[in-house]
Amino acid sequence: MDFLRPASWEEALAAKAEHPTAVPIAGGTDVMVEINFDHRRPEYLLDLNRIGELSQWEVGEDTVRLGASVPYSQIMEHLRAELPGLALASHTVASPQIRNRGGVGGNLGTASPAGDAHPALLAAGAEVEAESVRGSRRIPIDDFYTGVKRNALAPDELIRAVHIKKADGPQQYSKVGTRNAMVIAVCAFGIALHPETRTVRTGIGSAAPTPIRATAAEEFLAAALDEGGFWDSRKIITPSVAKQFADLAAGAANPIDDVRGTASYRRHAVGIMARRTLGWTWESYRGAGRGTEGVA
Amino acid sequence: MRVNFTVNGRPQEADDVWEGESLLYVLRERLGLPGSKNACEQGECGSCTVRLDGVPVCSCLVAAGQAEGREVVTVEGLADFAKQRAEHGGCATGACGTEGTSLQDARRWSARPQDSQTGEGGELAPVQQAFIDAGAVQCGFCTPGLLVAADEMLERNPSPTDADIREALSGNLCRCTGYEKILDAVRLAAARQAELAEGV
Ligand SMILES: Cc1cc2nc3c(=O)[nH]c(=O)nc-3n(C[C@H](O)[C@H](O)[C@H](O)COP(=O)(O)OP(=O)(O)OC[C@H]3O[C@@H](n4cnc5c(N)ncnc54)[C@H](O)[C@@H]3O)c2cc1C
Ligand code: FES
Ligand code: FES
Repeated sequence: MDFLRPASWEEALAAKAEHPTAVPIAGGTDVMVEINFDHRRPEYLLDLNRIGELSQWEVGEDTVRLGASVPYSQIMEHLRAELPGLALASHTVASPQIRNRGGVGGNLGTASPAGDAHPALLAAGAEVEAESVRGSRRIPIDDFYTGVKRNALAPDELIRAVHIKKADGPQQYSKVGTRNAMVIAVCAFGIALHPETRTVRTGIGSAAPTPIRATAAEEFLAAALDEGGFWDSRKIITPSVAKQFADLAAGAANPIDDVRGTASYRRHAVGIMARRTLGWTWESYRGAGRGTEGVA
Repeated sequence: MRVNFTVNGRPQEADDVWEGESLLYVLRERLGLPGSKNACEQGECGSCTVRLDGVPVCSCLVAAGQAEGREVVTVEGLADFAKQRAEHGGCATGACGTEGTSLQDARRWSARPQDSQTGEGGELAPVQQAFIDAGAVQCGFCTPGLLVAADEMLERNPSPTDADIREALSGNLCRCTGYEKILDAVRLAAARQAELAEGV
């Protein structure tokens, strides 16, 4: 095994071009488990820790450019206002020790259907900035997950950053597990209200071969909110609308039975989480509206 | 490969390190510092917790080469680390202190059973003393990781709520104590730290 330690992004791209089988290692919280248990013996490890820019972020006008290696603990601490869904999801990852090392780049690299960043990224709207010596491209998050633990990266590409839409409305993240810490999701649900475009986006984790959006549920809800004038009136959402949204979200799930839960439990739980998170976000949208109108 | 890094305030060099090796392995097997425990090697138990540039991490999940040029504090150096922090007004990252714990001293470290009731003569960090006083140690396998994690939390958050303590220690498993005494120990350490700060 060789340990490659590029000191700059350009060096990292050159190393990945020269050795496309090299395994990047950022926080190591996925890679080292595989090496410790002999599940993986890569010829080359490509350490990204020396590339300082990967641990930085920039808050722009509409998006946050999040460096691939920014650890979850930093997202929780510094980006709660801009990326509330991702900050909540980050807080559910493993433990403080793991959150101090692991980040979104590694979560995307592993592309596990259970990765907690994914539902939040899908709901917020994001693009993955992938780069190789051949050039740079932006992969829409909806096109990023291509199969169970597969993603759209080419062998010579690295993730440089993720461009995530800044929240323009309330966001929530909900995860089912046996503990509040150190739990891989049985299933998870992320939701983001986008009052500016009068849309709602969702993300489902651990209930299909890849992280997915519940598009039928989103479309139904957007239409129902629009027709009922809910965005302006900020009325409580009719229970039948919330129920239909939950049913469609559960219908989007395509889960399996495994050690963490059964398919039918997961489908059921996705529906429950969809209804609850819609309730929470809508309540806070209504609250914000009352606030600005001075009604308190 | 060779890895150069700082352990407990002193520069160290580890040779013949395999490229896939963990920082935990290097500490235990190459530097002779078995304080950090190896229980799961998959980030689940926290018994291997060390501070890497001040940040608590599972050393079983840090590749040895990733520690190159960086500062590591293990449980063996915790007493000195805490002492320096107290002397230097909170800064004990090693960057501002020059003393540190020599590898020999670190290797020789023991809780000195004869003194452990009172802590007299034993070089213990306040959090270590609190663990002894509160009866938070049974088999002791989880203790080093808990100490490093708890010490870091108390540095960051001198008056933690119970929820803060639970959260800070949520990555550390203990199979023996049922956690109550561990919570007691951290509350005790926090209370003593507060007394000191008030100059009582
Ligand atoms: C005990 C434990 C509990 C966990 N719990 C959770 C949990 O609750 N939720 C969750 O989502 N995850 C969990 N994980 C998994 C892991 O922590 C996350 O997937 C984390 O986001 C990985 O980030 P990392 O930087 O450590 O990745 P690494 O292990 O460094 O890398 C992961 C993968 O991504 C690739 N990669 C990393 N950076 C890049 C890049 N810039 N470009 C291209 N490829 C890259 C690597 O080659 C590798 O294939 C847990 C892991 C452990 C050990
Ligand atoms: S040995 Fe590292 S977390 Fe268990
Ligand atoms: S005292 Fe035995 S594992 Fe904690």
